Parts: sequence; structure tokens; C-alpha cells
Amino acid sequence: MKDLIKHFGEYVLLMGKVFRLPDRQRMFWRQYAREIEKQGLQSLPIVIIISVFIGAILTIQTKLNTENPLLPTYTTGLLTRETLLLEFSSTILCLILAGKVGSNIASEIGSMRITEQIDAMEIMGVNSANYLILPKIAAFMTMMPLLVIISITVGLIGGLGVGVFTDVITIQDYIVGIQYAFNPYYVWYGIIKSLVFAFIITSFSSYYGYYAYGGALDVGRASTSAVVNSNILILFADLLLTKLLL
Amino acid sequence: MIEVKDIVKSFDGTVVLNHITTTLKDGQVNMIIGQSGSGKTVFMKSLIGLHKVDSGQILYDGRDLSEMNEKQIRELHREVGMLFQGAALFDSMTVLENVMYPLEMFSSMTAAEIEERARFCLQRVNIQERAMELMPSEISGGMQKRVAIARAISMNPKYLFCDEPNSGLDPKTSLVIDQLIHEITEEYNICTIVNSHDMNSIMEIGDHIVFLKGGIKEWEGSRHEIFHSESEALDDFVFASDLYKKVKRANSKL
Repeated sequence: MKDLIKHFGEYVLLMGKVFRLPDRQRMFWRQYAREIEKQGLQSLPIVIIISVFIGAILTIQTKLNTENPLLPTYTTGLLTRETLLLEFSSTILCLILAGKVGSNIASEIGSMRITEQIDAMEIMGVNSANYLILPKIAAFMTMMPLLVIISITVGLIGGLGVGVFTDVITIQDYIVGIQYAFNPYYVWYGIIKSLVFAFIITSFSSYYGYYAYGGALDVGRASTSAVVNSNILILFADLLLTKLLL
Repeated sequence: MIEVKDIVKSFDGTVVLNHITTTLKDGQVNMIIGQSGSGKTVFMKSLIGLHKVDSGQILYDGRDLSEMNEKQIRELHREVGMLFQGAALFDSMTVLENVMYPLEMFSSMTAAEIEERARFCLQRVNIQERAMELMPSEISGGMQKRVAIARAISMNPKYLFCDEPNSGLDPKTSLVIDQLIHEITEEYNICTIVNSHDMNSIMEIGDHIVFLKGGIKEWEGSRHEIFHSESEALDDFVFASDLYKKVKRANSKL
């Protein structure tokens, strides 16, 4: 418990240093553009691959579990869409990205800490927390809603692929299903959740990296802690937001 | 000039720096020497403001470090250059970008002026043009140290701190780094503070030497005075090697 309070206190103090006006706006935007590329654009391939396969798999599994003459034929498309909108493309995608982006952030900042690069910045008079962490948080929070929308779209296309290439479901039933009783608020719900999760991933991973000490092994440990704890917090936040927003 | 007045620093009740007083003047290489665990690193970190001292004063040209807030310390740091033990170059930037970084953050120069100044600093430490576009991982340890010196002097610092500048370097490269530190100190009239236990460095460039033992200032003087010191602890530390014992005996006979 004492450790938890200590971590929380350090985290709050670090965020206090992070959320300040950058020393140089030009340098901030340059870092921001780099992070957009590194965290957002470089995550696109994995998001597309996972989403297309999950979309297809969801469609097949849903069809197999809803083989009942009492259920309408559009049920498979409808359930695939709702699963993608409500949970997969926001929460599950963020859990996956916590592994990719979170470990990358924690190891990058952790390596800078143990090789005294952060100390060098501080000695120059740079607010290192602000310079290193703020662009990461801002960039990932910018890119996450886009990744969610891409994931939903590609996931639905993956489901459509099942209709095109197999006889599990007809294309017409699937298309009717994904359009049936569509509630646009569910898209906003997914985007709001993803913004919160993006903040959790970047800020917690940065925290674990920033306070890393020792050697390469300790940076590895910090990276693992960042991913595990981000995942746990994402699940807690998911529960809370679902209760609040739905 | 940095005046250190009666500073005390302790961690969890263990006194690491015990009432240290000294003056570190401009235009000379001030060396902090002592065995591992003597308090050298804590002393240097306290001077820079990374550790807050329990009592005493550290005056940067009359400005009291202990009375400065976070913003004022950050502003003071812009007058400070530091050479870290492992060079601490930013590994995501090229050699040239490393030297341009502090200028981009804090100077009001144009992009062209910044690049010109960075190239000048790199040339000053004898870095070839073709090495400027390389990443730090692609150059040798000695070159990394020279780039770190170029980065440290790029903002024309008043104070230059060097933490074990020769660690991990061969004797010939160490000599080059020592001479560079000495030349730059005299050329720009910088107050340079070097933390070292390398005897060759001490005898080569130590204009003013502060010897710490167990957190206490045991001895203070110039490198020439070392041979005539009466301090047994200093003798034990400095003349640990047979070679320097012979040099001391030869000097004593003069």
C-alpha cells in the first residue's frame, strides 16, 4: 500500500512537470510529428492485420453460435458490428497496443535515463519530462481515435470477406446485419474510451521509463511493469467508462 | 567563480559531505579527487543543484544556489556545460544534431547560425566534417567524449563540469581529452570542475585540486604542491603506484 501511494505521488508530480508550456514550440511540434509517425503510423500495419482477422473470425464464430431458425439472418452481421464497436476496436486494440507502444516508450525513456541522457537535458536547463513525454501523450491521443475508426472499418471488411470467400454467410445477410439498428453513439463511446486508454498507455509507460534506474535488465523490468500495469488500468477504466457512458 | 561555504550533505542520517569549504576559480581546471565513496560525485551533483545541501552555501558568482527556485536553477543551468562519464549523447540524433540541440532549445539564432556554430564547436574539438552526420553509436568512445565537449561549450558556458572524463579511454586518448579541457578552460576563461581519480589527468591539468576523504576536505592545493604535501591520506591516494612514489622521492630530493 505504501508503495502504491509512493508510485501515485511520483506519477502526479511527473505529470505536473509534463503538462507545462514547452520551452520551444518549434521543438515540441517536431517531436510531436516524429511521435505521430512512430506510434501512430507504424502501428497501422498491426492494427489492420489484427482487425481484419478478428473481424473474419468473429463473423464465423458468431454464425456458428447463432444457427437457429428463430433468429433473424442478419444477427451475425449485427453482433460482429456491435462487438467491434463496443469492445474490440477500442479496448482489445488498446491492450494490444499497450504491448507495442507502451514497451517502446518505457524502454526508450528508460535507456535515456540509465545512460544519463535525461540528466544531460536537465543540466542544459531543459524540462526533460515535458520535452520527452508531452509529445508522446499528445501524438498517441491524436492517433488513437483514427486507429479505432480504421480498426472498425477493416474489421467489418474482414467479416465481409467471410461472405465473399466462403459459404458461411451470404453477403446480403451480412450487409443488412451491419446496418441494422445502428447507433452512432457507440462509435463515440469507442473513441472516448480509446482517448482515455491512450493517455493511460503513454503516461504510465513514460512514468516507468522516467524513473528506471540501474542497467539494461532494469529497463527491461520497467518495460514489463509498464505494459502489465497499463493493461490492468485499461481494464479498470473500461469497466468504469462502460458504467458511466452506456 | 563558484564559492562553496561550509556545505553539509547527508543521506538517511549518513553524512556524505562534512563542512566543505573551497573556492573554484575561473580560467582554471579545478579537480575534485578522492577514492570511490569519498563523496566526489555527491559533491559535484550538489554543486550543480541535482542534490540539495542540508546546510551551507554554494555561490555562483555571488548567486546563492540554495535560495534559487526551480526556474532560477534551470536558468542557471543554461550557463553550465557538462561532460558526463559516458558522454550521454542523444542516441536518436546525429553528432551535429547533438551539438545543435542546446542552441535550438535556448538560443535566438537562426537555423543557419545554429548549424554554423555547431560545426565550429565540432571543428574546435577536431571532429572531421564527415563524422558530423554519423550517429553517436557509429563513432569511437574518444570521439563521443569530444562531441560531448563540443555540445557542452556550444552555449558558451561560464561553468564546465566534467565527470570522470577519461573513464574507459586509452591513455593516449585520455591525454587528448585532458588537453582539450585545459585549452578550452583557458581560451574561454571557464570555471571548470573535473571529477577524477586518474593520476595522469591530475598531474597534467589540475590547476587547483581538492582532495576528499570520507566526505571531508582532506587537502587542497595545486598539482605542484602535491609532491610537498604532508597529508598521509593524500600520499596514500596519489602515490599508490610505484611510479609516482619514485617521482615524489625524486622531487623531494630537489
